[in-house]
Amino acid sequence: MVDLTPGAAHRDAYLELARRRRMYGGLLLVIFVAMMAAGFRLAESRNAGGFVDGLPMVLAFPSEVLAEAWQKRANLPGLLAEHLPSLVETLNIAAVSTLIGGLAAMGLALLSTRGLARWPRLTGLFRRLMDALRAVPEIVVALVLIYILGGGPVPAVIAISLHTAGALGKLFSEVAENADLKPVEGLASVGAGWGQQVGLGVLPQVAPNWLSYALMRFEINLRASAILGFVGSGGIGYDLKLAMQWGMGRYDEVVAIFALLFVAIVAIDRLSDQARSRLVRG
Amino acid sequence: MTATATLSPALTDTVLTRFARRRLAAFAVPLAILAYLAYAAIAFDLAGLAGRARMDNAAVLLADFWQHKTHVTRDNRSGALRVAIDGEAKGVYPADRLPEWIATQDDATRIDLGQGHVVTYDAQGARYDVPGYGLIDIRPQDGRLRLTAPEPLPDWISASANRVSVTTPAGRFAYTRSKVETFRYEPGWALFFFTLDSPFHYMSWPEIAASALWGPRVTPDLPNIAAMARDFWTNPMWRHGDVIWAMFETVLMAFLGTFGAAILALPLAFMAARNMMPLGALRFGLRRVFDFIRGVDGLIWTIVLARAFGPGPMTGALAILLTDTGSFGKMFSEALENIDEKQVEGIRSTGAGAVQRARFGVIPQVTPVLLSQVLYFLESNTRGATVIGAIVGGGIGLLLTQAIQTQKDWEDVAYYMVLIVLMVMAMDSFSGWLRRRLIKG
Repeated sequence: MVDLTPGAAHRDAYLELARRRRMYGGLLLVIFVAMMAAGFRLAESRNAGGFVDGLPMVLAFPSEVLAEAWQKRANLPGLLAEHLPSLVETLNIAAVSTLIGGLAAMGLALLSTRGLARWPRLTGLFRRLMDALRAVPEIVVALVLIYILGGGPVPAVIAISLHTAGALGKLFSEVAENADLKPVEGLASVGAGWGQQVGLGVLPQVAPNWLSYALMRFEINLRASAILGFVGSGGIGYDLKLAMQWGMGRYDEVVAIFALLFVAIVAIDRLSDQARSRLVRG
Repeated sequence: MTATATLSPALTDTVLTRFARRRLAAFAVPLAILAYLAYAAIAFDLAGLAGRARMDNAAVLLADFWQHKTHVTRDNRSGALRVAIDGEAKGVYPADRLPEWIATQDDATRIDLGQGHVVTYDAQGARYDVPGYGLIDIRPQDGRLRLTAPEPLPDWISASANRVSVTTPAGRFAYTRSKVETFRYEPGWALFFFTLDSPFHYMSWPEIAASALWGPRVTPDLPNIAAMARDFWTNPMWRHGDVIWAMFETVLMAFLGTFGAAILALPLAFMAARNMMPLGALRFGLRRVFDFIRGVDGLIWTIVLARAFGPGPMTGALAILLTDTGSFGKMFSEALENIDEKQVEGIRSTGAGAVQRARFGVIPQVTPVLLSQVLYFLESNTRGATVIGAIVGGGIGLLLTQAIQTQKDWEDVAYYMVLIVLMVMAMDSFSGWLRRRLIKG
């Protein structure tokens, strides 16, 4: 029979351990808080306006905008209709780049997944390629392409597609790694080629998860395409920038664009949330 | 056939209709995608794009990414010679330290462009010797330029009474009445380490290493290694000091924004989780607040905050903080709703209060999930901070947009791109490392 009641020595050792852990945790917390505080003060010192001075002004701009828009509320329906095509363009940018990026990501993921890769030796190469695609911020590619291609939606589509290919490729290949390889073996044993093995053995297994990730990416890309528009690449972001530059007198337009963007983002979020939970739960 | 015989007709029917539906889908889905892409190609005016694309810009950009040009300019009125990298005042060579491919003698200047191309400026005018073509000779006479060159003139020479310009693979040459100018292209980023006013520019790498370690002091008031660091840091051409600061600002924005949002969102998430907060109305209200913050989107928050706080890194950090509070609030409260209630039960059975239950029953369970989400956001926010920096005017994003807007400092753009990619990759591996350490340990 082993004595299970802890001896005094055990208890002391445990309490000592607990105390030390708490001390380390506390120390880490103090260092972390100090870093946050120091970082914030540094950021504030390099900012044009201070935090305390700016805080009361946070609501000043929105209220000014809303007040003017309220005065001109009769214009709003017309403005909403006027900017709807831009919103459609932004949505198209997001959808096309999710599609193209997603298709590229499928290829990259299949080529870089262990057990599935067409050329097993090149998996490392394809992974590094995805890392590089993921690391380049969209704005870099977009701005350079605007210089070459001129403004418009195409630079944004290319920039977002490249990033999407890298980001989705990684998620896709993580899903594909967990796929059951038995169907692939079965298909290989009856003489199926690589395309058939992947298309019939792997894709049906991973499709729900892949689709769910692609939908999530679509939400992200919608925001990204609005932002890229703001730096000069078509869509509703560009309209917003023009209206903002005009300043006073066009705030009704700003509100109309805000409203369109807000409704679009919330609606897409909702729809994709529902679709994703249906996909994953089956 | 025995297998089919045992199937009921109804089942066979459903199987067959499903097969048919699958087969239809196998064609319909790619067809729908193609149709959509075709519509998008028309909507985006892909056909007109070819006309608008500026391939000459692309060529300039690609060349500038990896090479630089040196302008050798002579003022035809005063006869003064100026040799400057990219034609900038910061890159003017001192007259006694011209590059070795320029030879000056009395009034004559001989510029060796390589591959046998030689340009000579002298008192009569200028000559360009193009191998395989002949001598291009330009002399000003009675206020006009007189060109002597083998006829017929090829299309890479453009000549008028006031201006003659020659473009060859080795370089570019232009003669006007007021000045004559030659561009020599060389691979590499010029003056990356030291500019021409630094004594270290004129040393080779072994010499630099030697003078750093034991050589005599080049500047009397500083040890050599400190002088090198100063000259590198304050390099006026590449502004390394400012660039490093900008990168640091970008990372700072991401760090402050992400962790600030996490700290703010944690208590809010407790209040918005079904199993933690009995008050339904508050829960519902908080959820809608999260939805609102997420729906308004970072772009608009950034604009609103930039109005209040002015441009700078703090504005960017606050914009990230606000946007992510919405996302974290939603994600954290979902994680809190998915915890294992048994542990909380156990803690409750010892008579613990609500705070103690949260501290010992809930926090240890959700910490790995929350931390991994926060670290994932930290990495993606580093990228986002570049974009936000471009809008609010802080960090590397600002430098990048400025460099692109000048439309000529493409080597700077390439430099910033490389740095941004390295920064994002470093943050990626750092957050991955931290995630593994914290979640395992």
